[in-house]
Parts: sequence; C-alpha cells; structure tokens
Amino acid sequence: MKKTFVTAVAALMAAAPAMADLVFPSLSYRTGPYAAGGIPFADGYADYFTLLNERDGGIGGVMTKLLECETGYNTEKGVECYESTKGQGALVYQPLSTGITYQLIPKTMADDIPMHTMGYGRTSAANGDVFSHTFNYPGTYWNGASGAVNYLLESNGGDISGKKIALVYHNSAYGKEPIRTLEELQKKHGFELSLLPVDHPGQEQKSQWLQIRRERPDFVLMWGWGVMNQVAIQEAANIRFPMENFIGIWWSGAEHDVLSAGDKANGYKALTFHNVGRDFPIFDDIQKYVVDTGKAAGAGDQIGNVLYNRGMYAAMLAAEAAKTAQAIHGTADINASQMRDGMEALEITEEKMAALGMPNFGPSFTVTCENHGGPGLVGVTQWDAASKTWSLISDFKPTDMEVIGGLIAEDSAAYASENNIPSNCK
Amino acid sequence: MFYREAGDFKTSYASDNQTFPIRFDRLGYFTAMVVAFLVVPFLINDYWANAILLPFLIYAIAAIGLNILVGYCGQVSLGTGGFMAVGAYACYKLMTAMPEVNIFFHVLISGGITAFVCVLFGLPSLRIKGFYLAVATLAAQFFLVWLFNRVPWFYNYSASGQINAPERTLFGIEVTGPNTQAWATYLFCLVFLVGSAWIARNLTRGMTGRKWMAIRDMDIAAEIIGVNPLKAKISAFAVSGFFVGISGALFFSVYLGAVEVGEAFGINKSFLVLFMVIIGGLGSMFGSFAGAAFLVLLPVVLKVVGVDWLGMPTDLVAHLQLVIVGGLIVVFLILEPHGLAQLWRVAKEKLRLWPFPH
Repeated sequence: MKKTFVTAVAALMAAAPAMADLVFPSLSYRTGPYAAGGIPFADGYADYFTLLNERDGGIGGVMTKLLECETGYNTEKGVECYESTKGQGALVYQPLSTGITYQLIPKTMADDIPMHTMGYGRTSAANGDVFSHTFNYPGTYWNGASGAVNYLLESNGGDISGKKIALVYHNSAYGKEPIRTLEELQKKHGFELSLLPVDHPGQEQKSQWLQIRRERPDFVLMWGWGVMNQVAIQEAANIRFPMENFIGIWWSGAEHDVLSAGDKANGYKALTFHNVGRDFPIFDDIQKYVVDTGKAAGAGDQIGNVLYNRGMYAAMLAAEAAKTAQAIHGTADINASQMRDGMEALEITEEKMAALGMPNFGPSFTVTCENHGGPGLVGVTQWDAASKTWSLISDFKPTDMEVIGGLIAEDSAAYASENNIPSNCK
Repeated sequence: MFYREAGDFKTSYASDNQTFPIRFDRLGYFTAMVVAFLVVPFLINDYWANAILLPFLIYAIAAIGLNILVGYCGQVSLGTGGFMAVGAYACYKLMTAMPEVNIFFHVLISGGITAFVCVLFGLPSLRIKGFYLAVATLAAQFFLVWLFNRVPWFYNYSASGQINAPERTLFGIEVTGPNTQAWATYLFCLVFLVGSAWIARNLTRGMTGRKWMAIRDMDIAAEIIGVNPLKAKISAFAVSGFFVGISGALFFSVYLGAVEVGEAFGINKSFLVLFMVIIGGLGSMFGSFAGAAFLVLLPVVLKVVGVDWLGMPTDLVAHLQLVIVGGLIVVFLILEPHGLAQLWRVAKEKLRLWPFPH
C-alpha cells in the first residue's frame, strides 16, 4: 500500500497544472450533515468559473481551473485539502467553514495566499491592518447581528427596550461569533438577550424550543447551519412561534431550510448580503454555456437557489479581484501574492455588476488595506411558502459600525499582540 | 530462509527477553529508526507532514494509550476524544499561562494532567465492567466536551470559544504556530511517539503489564493470585491517560494549531481511535501503529486514487470512503478479530518456516 501511495503522490505532484492556469481551489462539502448547504454553494462557485472559461476564455485570457476538495466541514480534512492544493498555484481559499478559517488564518499568512471568508469566519479579520491575508467583505457576522437588531428596531418604531430576544446558535466558533456584538447592542438598546446553544449537528433541539415556549421571547434570532436550520424551523412551527418574529442569519435562509416545514414556515425571515432569485441576465448565460452544454458542476437544478447565488457571488468577487490584480501588476498570469493585492484593491460598483449581468445583486463597495470587511450592508429576506420563493423585504442598509468597529479593533489588537503581528498598512 | 532463529543463540536472560528476539526483526527496527530520524526529515514537505505523517504519529500515540487500557487491561473506554481534549486544553492553558516554560514540558505536563482526569473517570471501573464501563466512559466524553465548551476560562474567554496555539520554539526552532518547518514538527512528534512506544512496550512486558493482562483475562482469578485490582486498573487508566493526553496536546498544538472542542474531540474521535486499536490488534504495540497508519492513510489513498487519478467527483469518493472503511471494519472483525497485528504474526510464523513448511 505504501508503495502505491508513493507513486500516487508522485503522480499528484507531476500532475500539477501548467502555470498558465488561474487556480481556484474550492474546499467544498457535498457530504455530511452540512451538505445541503455545501452543495449549492460549491455548484455556484464552480459554474461561474466554468462560465468564464466557456464564454470569455477565462479571466484576462488565462483559463481558470477549479480544484475541488471535499472537507465534509471537518477541520482535519480541511487542513489536508489546504496542504494538497496550495502547491498547485492556488490563488485564493474559500473554506466555507468557520472552524477551517481559524486554522487557515495563520497558515495563509505564512504562505502568502489570500483567503476570502465571505460572510463567515473570524469577524475581526475585517481589520486588514492585522489580518493581511484574510478578507471577509462584503459583510461579517457582527454586521449581521447589528443588521438584525436594526431591522427589529425599524419594524418596532425604533424602540425595543424591554423586549426579549433569544439567540439560538450552533455551539461552535461560528455560532458564538455574534454573541459579543449582541451583548453590546443589548446595553445600547435595552433589550434582554438569552442564549440557547445547540450542539453539533443540531438534530436535537427539543429542550431549546421548550425553553423558548416557556420564556416567550418576542424575537428569536438563529445562527444555524446544515441540518440544524430545518430542525429549528420545524420546532418553531411546532410550538407555533410566530414566524415573522424569527430571523435567521444568512446561512439559515435557503430553500432547503424552510421547505421541509411546508406551509408552517411561511413568513420566516433571514438576513442576506446579496440578492435572491434568478431574475438576473447572468443565469441565462449560465444556462446557455454551462448547463445546456452539460458542464454544470451539479445536476443544474440549484440555479437561483439562495446558496447557489452566494457561491456564484463569491466566484464573481474572486474573478473581479483577479482582474484587478492583473491590472495592477500588468500580467495576466498572476500568483497568490498578486491576487492578495487585487483583493485589497477590489472595487465593486453598480455599473460593474450590471455589466456582468448581475444588476443590484449585492452592495457596491471598495476594499481598502484597513478595511477587509466591506461596508457591512445587511438586507432581510422573507420566505413565501405558497410560491416557494425568497424575496428581499428590506434593502441593504448600514449597520451600527460604531459598536462593531470598536469590537473589531479590540479583538484584532488582542490577536496582533498575542501573535506579534506587525502592521500590514504602513 | 533469512527470517529464522536458527544460529541466533541467546546467552543471557536479557538477550532472551529482548523486544525483538529475532535478528532480522532487530535489524528492521534499527533501519526503521534510522529512516524515521535521519532520512524522512530531509525528504518531508508540508503536504506529507500535515496530511499524513503528523496525524499518523499523533494517532499512534493515542492508539498506544487506548491499547493499554482496552487491549492490555480489558477496560473498554469510549472517552478517548474527551481525554484528548483534556490534553489539548491543558497544553493551551499551560502555553498561555507560562510562555517561558519549554513546550516539551508543557506536553508532558498535559499528559500528567490527563492521567489524573482519566483516573478520576476510571474510578467507576472498580465497580462496573464491560458495557456498563463503556457507558460510564461515554459520559466522560460528553461531560468533558461540554465542560470545555461551557467554561470560558478554558479558552481564555476568547469570543469564539476556539483555542489557538501560540508560536513556541524548541532549541530556537519553531514547533508550533504557522511558521513551522515540516521536519521540525515531524521530529518533535516522532520523539514523543518513540518515547511513548518505548515506555509502553517496557511497561506491558514487565510486572505492571502482566497484572493488567491478568485483570483482563479474569479479574477474580487475578485477585486470588495476589493482583490488586484497584492498583492495576487505576494504573492502567493513569498510563493510558498520560499517552492519550500527550497525543491530544500534540494534536492541538503541533498538528491543527486551532481547535474547537466539539468538532475536534467529539465522539467520532473516540470511535476513530477505538477502531484503530481494534483494526490494528488489541493488546499489541505493533497493532497500535498499524491501526493508526491504516486509518490515517486509507482516506488519503482513496482520495488520491479516486479524485486525482480516476477523476471521480469528490462527493462520490467521500461516500465511497465511508462505505469502504465501514466494509473493511466488518471484514476485519469477521475474518481477523485480532487485527492487523495477528496478520503480521501469522506472516512471521510462515516466514520462519519458509521455504520448508514441513
């Protein structure tokens, strides 16, 4: 076996692509309790790069190459994937797991490869002065927490003091992320916060919802992922919790999360940082160049799904950053370090998105060396069980950067001093 | 032909009782050591270190620890993941509280702390046996994971509940943190593995080990011939905990660098290490190594063959992997309940007689 293995690895090393490809690794998970969310995201990410290859001949004339590696949302496999792909010219990592993100933050810094954790991962990485190789534009969990509170403020006439808000969260680094911000906002707006952790993978939530039934919070926020979302929404329906007062983070608001609860899920809300639906010209191109030619990553049935859109959005931002990097460095064949510069100089405008066939798909923003987190604009979507569609009910609005900025500065400064990280932006 | 004892005369008690009584075995052992210490460090790269060798070395230490408890002393434990977490969190607290002390000692002390915790959870073994003990250790697994998730002191009140290994050096060379060299982390873990295996091997063939085995084979008979079950069982839990704690500390500090307790040290980890011990062979040092190598390498080999050679979709390979690993465990349990170690033993018997079996 050992011998086979040696040859296998030798072959692997030899099979590394010619440097003429722009390599985008996709640490996906199509198996395990989180696969329902992992599959559409990975499909969207892959299909966009296929589209670029088929329609435009790659980015700036250089073909893209997608390296998919299955992590199963498991950090050990994530490390294995990272090590096996980084030698093949990987330009940017999107681990799609907060646990793997924490692993890779120091590693990517040491290897000079950027990482894009879009709307997940470590929030304080928004401080680019400390986290030089981690980007989490266009929004972070703390923006999400603040966005949810702002939405509640807005829909309750600007006052939620004395109201009870319960946070149902995945008991992991991911789920714990918003707590600090919510505690700050609790002081500021005077609501009562109660915390209800749900352990991995989240199929067992009876006691949490029993507690909600007893305490009768006015609103429930949820930081869930994978099978946990479906269970939570079903449980909420079972105790007849009013769905319009139940708001999930953007990872708890896809079709598969709500479909299983049927009509009872009607009115459930979720935050978002990009648009939903399939009324965008880009999808016609994907249908024409990718799906109809049989090159789609998945079965082609996920197009327009919330998470498919998000995966495609992530790929679009990566491709735009690569274009920016090509322009800065004057070479079409960029490396990971140049890609990082491209991400740091990324500018997404309304015209750019419209030209790409994605008008009003996300907020327009500019990344700077200090701010890797983008503008943090948060919108709200709502599920309509009858037509089985999500629709944007609140446009992308700014969040409480006063509170969030302070927390980011505090947390990133602690990280910098713990790990002796020099300033990135001189 | 070449693998035989003929002509290999033992003239002293010590040489008769050595670990590798056959010259060929001894040579093999020394060659393996030379290769491991003097050749591999020069060939190793990040991929080999982080994807294959580090997990193998660390899981082998854990498997040795569990094998002492399950294979030698017969006390079934499903708490390995929890005990590894104790090692990891002890190491983290020590690393952050006393940065001036060398990481080497932190790992050893983490082992000691885990030994203590393991003894605490081993106390019920004096009253309960078999399945009931398995359930008691399962409680340890869930309790410990819950504890490290629940009490912020263990993760130094960090917002996310993650623990991150700060950079630490040994003789001026980094062994933890992101800027490590592959060979440094490899050698660091290798030293611990060789040390653990050496101690474990010598314990198990001495008086302590015989007491453990007596308890395993029949505890009442053991008690009648004068083995103190309290001391035997508690010492097995302590020694086992020590090794498992070391592996947990290395797993966190050297291998992963950032750990979240529920994900890294969940019940799956307990089962994984138990499978290593069962597939490798209960009550065998070689089995601990073989089991760890088997379960670390198999997924990587399947992935390389499936995805990189045959170009199959990643999800299909991941599913096939579950099927194949599960199938192999069943096959092993049916065809060779004593594991890979027994296969090796049979092969050796055959080799001794070959080419004249009669």
